[in-house]
Amino acid sequence: MQGPLIDTLARYGVSRRSFLKYCATLASMMALPPSAGRAMAEAMAAAPAAAKRPSVIWLPFQECTGCTESITRSHSPSIEGMIFDMVSLDYQETLMAAAGHQAEEALHNAMKENEGKYLLIVDGSVPLGLDGAYSCIAGKSNLEALKEVAKGAAAIVAMGSCAAYGGIPKANPNPTGAVSVSDVIKDKPIINIPGCPPIPVVMTGVLAHFLTFGSLPEMDKLGRPKAFYGETIHDRCYRRPFYDQGKFAKTFDDEGARKGWCLFELGCKGPVTYNACATVKWNGGTSWPVESGHGCLGCSEPDFWDGGGFYKALSMPADPLKVVAGAVAVGAAAGVAVSFANRAKKSGAKGGHETTTLADLEK
Amino acid sequence: MNEMQFLTWVRGTGLNIAVGIFLLGVIWRLIEIYSLGRKKDLSAPRNVPGASGWHTVFRRSMPPKDMGMVKKSPVSYIGGYVFHIGLAVVVFLFAPHIKFIESVVGLSWPGLPSQFVDLVAVITIAAMVVVLADRINKPVKRYLSTFEDWFTWTVTFLPVLTGWMAVQHLLLPYTTMLALHILSVEILLVVLPFTKLFHAFTVWGSRYYNGAVNGHKGVAV
Amino acid sequence: MSATLEKGVRVLKEVIDAPIASYFNSCVHCGLCAEACLFYTETGDPKYTPIHKLEPLRRVYEQEYTLLGRLKKLAGLSKPVTDAELGEWQELVYNSCTLCGRCSVVCPVGNDIVYMVRKLREGMSASGNAPDGIKGAVNRTVTIGSPMGVKLPAVKAQMKHVEEDYGIPIPLDAEGAEYMVMLSSMEIINFPEYLGAIAKIMQQAGKTWTLCSTAFEATNAGMQIGNSDLARVIVSRIVDGAEKLKVKTVISPECGHAYTALRWEGANLIGRPFTFQVKHIIEVLGEFQEQGLLKTEGFETDKLTFHDPCQLARRGGVIQPQRNLMKMVAKNFVEMPDPGFINWCCGGGGGASAIEEGEELRIEAFKKKKSQLDAVKPDRLVTACANCRIVLEEGLEHYQMDIPVVGLTEMIAEHIPEKGA
Repeated sequence: MQGPLIDTLARYGVSRRSFLKYCATLASMMALPPSAGRAMAEAMAAAPAAAKRPSVIWLPFQECTGCTESITRSHSPSIEGMIFDMVSLDYQETLMAAAGHQAEEALHNAMKENEGKYLLIVDGSVPLGLDGAYSCIAGKSNLEALKEVAKGAAAIVAMGSCAAYGGIPKANPNPTGAVSVSDVIKDKPIINIPGCPPIPVVMTGVLAHFLTFGSLPEMDKLGRPKAFYGETIHDRCYRRPFYDQGKFAKTFDDEGARKGWCLFELGCKGPVTYNACATVKWNGGTSWPVESGHGCLGCSEPDFWDGGGFYKALSMPADPLKVVAGAVAVGAAAGVAVSFANRAKKSGAKGGHETTTLADLEK
Repeated sequence: MNEMQFLTWVRGTGLNIAVGIFLLGVIWRLIEIYSLGRKKDLSAPRNVPGASGWHTVFRRSMPPKDMGMVKKSPVSYIGGYVFHIGLAVVVFLFAPHIKFIESVVGLSWPGLPSQFVDLVAVITIAAMVVVLADRINKPVKRYLSTFEDWFTWTVTFLPVLTGWMAVQHLLLPYTTMLALHILSVEILLVVLPFTKLFHAFTVWGSRYYNGAVNGHKGVAV
Repeated sequence: MSATLEKGVRVLKEVIDAPIASYFNSCVHCGLCAEACLFYTETGDPKYTPIHKLEPLRRVYEQEYTLLGRLKKLAGLSKPVTDAELGEWQELVYNSCTLCGRCSVVCPVGNDIVYMVRKLREGMSASGNAPDGIKGAVNRTVTIGSPMGVKLPAVKAQMKHVEEDYGIPIPLDAEGAEYMVMLSSMEIINFPEYLGAIAKIMQQAGKTWTLCSTAFEATNAGMQIGNSDLARVIVSRIVDGAEKLKVKTVISPECGHAYTALRWEGANLIGRPFTFQVKHIIEVLGEFQEQGLLKTEGFETDKLTFHDPCQLARRGGVIQPQRNLMKMVAKNFVEMPDPGFINWCCGGGGGASAIEEGEELRIEAFKKKKSQLDAVKPDRLVTACANCRIVLEEGLEHYQMDIPVVGLTEMIAEHIPEKGA
């Protein structure tokens, strides 16, 4: 297997062998047949270095750059990073050298040259409030920009929870009227890669799939790649046995916490969160939130910010006590009212009592 | 509404509404029932140890002595015990439930291993199905049954079934099933004060009255 | 001629109380009460399920005393109780219920079902839906003085017979006597030996006693029909008599319902505690036995068993004394299956024996007693209730079982040595 990518990788000290292994792992993670790993490696390796690479346009909206950070800085030098060498990242505000009119020009050129073929990656949510005035680039609202760029895209990747589901900008009370990409664009294939931020390998896996097969991988009903979001954190969590035994850390510094018991009671949202953190981990497989002693926040789920509190156990109600006093008062009032009515009725019945005589036994 | 919004609603607004109606209903119904009062018994009492309202409150939890009732209606007794005790175990000794109760009233106690609770849930489900079959099969039960009997069976059964299915990850994604589970509990809470399920509260009063009225005569019922 | 549905419903509204409300809210339709009721066990007809017999009362409760029921009634969503329906329920509330109280003992949620049947009868009688047989008995008790139409001269005639036969004077209207002895008309007409037995027992015990000319009849058909006003009229005669004669204790005869009417309902009917005690003759005999005032000689040697009257045992709390008395005079006393507290009714209590049209059902229900007796095969059957005795005799005759029925008091008296002998 030869090609510009292999050469580049070699320069970074990544052998051909480890590249193949990486592709095989990626394929298996995405539940593809073993042969797909090789196909993937070949497709990527064969991509010409100087010739035209698939164009990718990355639009940032209401976002924090965390997603970009996640991808680019996760662990370096990385094979993940290399994947970006496979594509022509024609517009990415944070990474690109160009600025101002130059940048805009790059964007429009890329759109024109690759019409109908480019991949659009979006991070950040789209504000609809005040006609989109909350977030503008080059005098255009995010909504306008998204519609314009989406028109010629082959597919759209909603990167991170904001683009996928509205994320933190959409959190109650959602002052900017933030919505997700799929709320705006209805006529293009969209894949969501939620997470705050998303796991790098998920991103590269989806890209690799797109490069190899020219299509998006299989998705769940929330538009996420099934391969990575098929199971809950809880199901794959190495602390799961403690949950089953009923062993829970009660505070972040008690004995249970030190012994690595289940963090359910400390608010872990693992049971309702679909993501691959428990298996893929972060920072090159170093660790992940639960392993570091903190419960899952559920960041890859819609509206995770409004889930009732990160440190409130999942089984806990939001705040039912606030209705107690009112309910008890109303119940007591109703009860007392009925009891007065009942007593009146009963004494009426008593008052109307006519002593029964023998004649009164007959109709 | 997506799954998480559904779950958030049932844990928040939905639960508030359900708990509100439940408490309101329980208090209203208890006052409505017990404020009717009763006349003082003027006959001279016969005092016999063991014959009192309080004795009957406890004694009636067991089948009557020597009457062969268990043999006559084994499903009612065995099925009844299994599903009542099963419900109590599942509701009060499952760790996430304890956590829930703790968050509401601040009381907590040790739970049972979830595998054991799971087994109890399966047994409880089985017992409830058997009890339902008995209601369909036994002429007396069928004769007495009204819409309310089938309805209350269903609203009691659903929380157990959905809870078990959520834990087992059956049929629907966990989040959806958990939300359905909480929703089914909310329906149960709303329905309880206004149906025969209210026996959970009045059973103690009923036993007390029966025990007191007969205890006055020196009869330990 | 003025009983109406309105009156019946009004009376029901009057008698519904917290226990009834609690009971109806507790019922889970488990149907276990059916298994305790001999009218169900012997016929297999689910309409005889005890709690079902209370359906009209339950509906009145729900429609009148619950908020939701009131709203449902206003919206026309609930069926009002009709006169025809009460008429239909007559069979369930009277013919097929002897107020034996077994259902109240088995109900797992603790419902006192018989308590409610008693209350429903208030409404049934006020709406004119009581059976003719019991109405007749009430009529005779109130107008003549006894359900069987017995008047004082008949009692006096019996007194004279007994005095002659036993050579013991029978005191009448003796002021200041310790005991005032009551009779049931069945004892006056059918079982005069009872009066003789009392005379012998009292003589041996050295107690003063008396009959009362204005209150000799103990039975209370007013309670059986379920009408407190009429029951009060009847019980007041006894209270007046006992207070006039200043007796310490009134002795209820061998009659279950007379005992319940006097001992447990009496004070509540007249609205004040009694100034005297009320005891069943079996309780008195039991006390005499304990105090050594009752001495017998000789034993019955044939196989005897004892039928516990429901109102004496399960509903009255007297269970052990009759057994001690049996053992005193019987060598071969065996218990039936389900004895004492859980005994099965003869099938004719609670006024049921007065209902002619209920006879067929009564005979059917007697199969329960028959099976109990078949298990023991006694030579004779002893009991302590004249009504049980009549019903048992009828049932035994129908099933051609040759088992004589005797009263316990008489049997005890037969073993009291003749004075001076």
